[in-house]
Amino acid sequence: MTKIHQFDAIVVGAGGAGLMAALYATKGGVKVAVISKLYPTRSHTGTAQGGIGAALGNLEEDKPLWHAFDTVKGGDYLADQNAAMVLATEAIDAVIELEHMGLPFDRTDEGKISQRRFGGHTSNFGEKPVRRACHAADRTGHMILQTLYQQCIKHDVTFFDEFQVIDVIMNQGTCVGVVAIQLGTGEIHIFHGKATLFATGGWGRVWSVTSNAHSLTGDGAALTYRRGVPMQDMEFYQFHPTGIYKMGILITEGVRGEGGVLINGRGERFMEKYAPRIKDLASRDVVSRAIYLELREGNGIKGKDYVYLDVTPTTVNKYLAEAGETRRITAEDVEKKLPDILDFCRVYLGVDPVKQPMPIQPTAHYAMGGIPTNVHGEVVVDANWTVLPGMYAAGEVACVSCHGANRLGTNSLVDLVVFGRRGGKAMAEYAKQADFVPLPANAEKEVESEMTRIRTSSGKTRPYELRQMMQKTMMEKVGVFREEAGIAEALETVRELKARFQTDLSIDDRGYKFNTDLLEAWELGCLLDLAEITAISALNRKESRGAHSREDFQERDDTNWLVHSLIKNHAPSAFATGVFEPDLNTDKKVDMSLASEDERFIPKARTY
Amino acid sequence: MDMKFRIRRFNPEAEEGKRKPYWQEFTLTGVEETDRILELLHRIKWEQDGTLTLRRACAHGICGSDAMRINGVNRLACKVLAKDFGEKVQIEPILGLPVLKDLVVDMEPFFAHYRSVLPYFINNSPEPGRERLQTQHDRELYDDTTKCILCACCTTSCPSYWANGEYVGPAAIVQAHRFIFDSRDEGAQERLDIMGDPNGVWRCRTIFNCTTACPRGIQVTRAIGEVKLAIMRGSPEGVIQEGVGEIAVGNG
Repeated sequence: MTKIHQFDAIVVGAGGAGLMAALYATKGGVKVAVISKLYPTRSHTGTAQGGIGAALGNLEEDKPLWHAFDTVKGGDYLADQNAAMVLATEAIDAVIELEHMGLPFDRTDEGKISQRRFGGHTSNFGEKPVRRACHAADRTGHMILQTLYQQCIKHDVTFFDEFQVIDVIMNQGTCVGVVAIQLGTGEIHIFHGKATLFATGGWGRVWSVTSNAHSLTGDGAALTYRRGVPMQDMEFYQFHPTGIYKMGILITEGVRGEGGVLINGRGERFMEKYAPRIKDLASRDVVSRAIYLELREGNGIKGKDYVYLDVTPTTVNKYLAEAGETRRITAEDVEKKLPDILDFCRVYLGVDPVKQPMPIQPTAHYAMGGIPTNVHGEVVVDANWTVLPGMYAAGEVACVSCHGANRLGTNSLVDLVVFGRRGGKAMAEYAKQADFVPLPANAEKEVESEMTRIRTSSGKTRPYELRQMMQKTMMEKVGVFREEAGIAEALETVRELKARFQTDLSIDDRGYKFNTDLLEAWELGCLLDLAEITAISALNRKESRGAHSREDFQERDDTNWLVHSLIKNHAPSAFATGVFEPDLNTDKKVDMSLASEDERFIPKARTY
Repeated sequence: MDMKFRIRRFNPEAEEGKRKPYWQEFTLTGVEETDRILELLHRIKWEQDGTLTLRRACAHGICGSDAMRINGVNRLACKVLAKDFGEKVQIEPILGLPVLKDLVVDMEPFFAHYRSVLPYFINNSPEPGRERLQTQHDRELYDDTTKCILCACCTTSCPSYWANGEYVGPAAIVQAHRFIFDSRDEGAQERLDIMGDPNGVWRCRTIFNCTTACPRGIQVTRAIGEVKLAIMRGSPEGVIQEGVGEIAVGNG
């Protein structure tokens, strides 16, 4: 028998955004359930390293307007400017709030929150790098996740740990809850709510080299897409320039913030060519492309497909001296400020970054696109900003869009705190005045039969074979650089894989308790759907902007493309077959509210 | 190279009479020295036997999901490499918590102990308009224990915990330590009372397994000692003169 639970507000996902939303919905006086397929402290927010951006000005002058400018420019002018301004303004208060919750930030000599430089963050509208990233060593995300989970315990938030949400329930044009499977038992549960917020994170596992956890399979995005919620700007997926070679594990931009430099096989600091002013601290899309271009010219280390990230004091001090800076770093500084990075390199590579450079390559990292929302976290389903009652989203799965075509480092943490908080508040307000919309009959049936199909599948293809083919194809053809023929081939491959997923799948575990074989296969279905709509969106956008670099359309085209892509499934009833009818439109204009008052926000050529 | 895995299995849904733990061997070919044990367990699961069940997420030692007993020592499977073991490796679930399936144990008793130590910031003074100030020195004093990822490697390596599941265990003490020695926190006395309980910090017999097991390099036994000293003195004041320092490399 399906168990039914009723809560005013349901939060799906227990990373930073979900926990922040849960806290604020709880403080708003409504009954909240947090549902997470992992124990909350396992969420991927915990792996964020370098810092959270806020114009505190603790070490040098800084202003929210400068932060907003960097965010808009970093996003290659696709960011909705109202959202970027909310992000930059509320970042300050959000960071102070985290400190009041006990977050152990590193400190300045005066005892204030310490700040460091980060890619794309500048003072005075791009003049020079600014110290804006508030940090706790190189485990800032870990400290945010721990602190928010601690606060949830303090405020007695109800958690359903190791419950995986597998469907969203709609009725009378309203979101009325979710269907979940309890991992430990395999039982199906229905969570009936007035307001449901998705904070399920990203889908880096679409690509073969990624910084993302195995759990980042885009469940929340895929299951809402299947039920007819549009996905926005799916073509914009960020490749972080510095992942550990082959493994994809993230090496924070904070390394470059502390003075680290990228070096090619000829021993050159090649970012001087691509971003003469701020060099290695240009935004991520720019640096990732620069690395690919170096590799293409045969400038990889020993002719291979990687370059070096060098934070050895000798190298760093040489370039600091060249730049006329008085600051110097020591081995002890590196140990103190980047302990986890050193640990990763020593354990996984046998490389000691204090003495040797680190081999790195770009790694699939962050989805700028996702479930479209307004600045209150409410899900909006069309170009007219029509709200879908009862449904909210925040964090990486959401697309506000404050990041536009390329997110700046540190802004993901800002996003989840600022918009998680807004989403939580909005849910509480809504839930207090709304009644429960009844559940439809047999709400769990369709997804339950999908689960049964996978559990009893007896084809010839094991899920990992499909997953590896998808990841390889997407990495090669819908990665840092794309062009029409390649994307079209990738789309065709993904569709073949989807067909095999439906007709020829085979798993081993037929049980109910902790059937991770079943759930991994179901997650593969999510990844395939997201890979498909990523490719369709990438094929459609005939320009290069931010993280979307078309070799056949190399220029940004502000005349035709200052618009968001919305891709929508028009066959929600085809749920069981997996054959969707995606329809893409670009009617939604980018918000230019800052530009209308300040000409510095008008799109212009983007140089660093 | 080839690598042999001997893995402790348990299927809670096996038919009556067969529902007991057993060892199973798997062989992998083409193993690279730098492969993480987690990757190799994935290869077994994906290529050979999908029923093999384990927890994992980030795969680089930060989320704390994949604690298991590898060649008799608690490790995160994602933070040890094939070359650390050679051609044979034995893997079983962490000890002291009920096994639910294969390498998956019931984490609820562990998190219940965690929750019992008031693992959250307590400061009821009016909040200032900006951040509370803290000196770099004071921040350093509790730095080591902020690294904890709640993986349970320490607690489930502790003989005192194996003998008595009511003991809060090293991980919960580490969490208490993180707040007791934070100059901004006002809940130290309350936590020291909890730690002074018969199932609190005095169950520790200074065996040091926890310190060896910690994949984050936390000086767990030292932290427990500092909490003991604070209880003896009636206050955390002055117990720690200097932090452990940041020169800490994981044991993995």
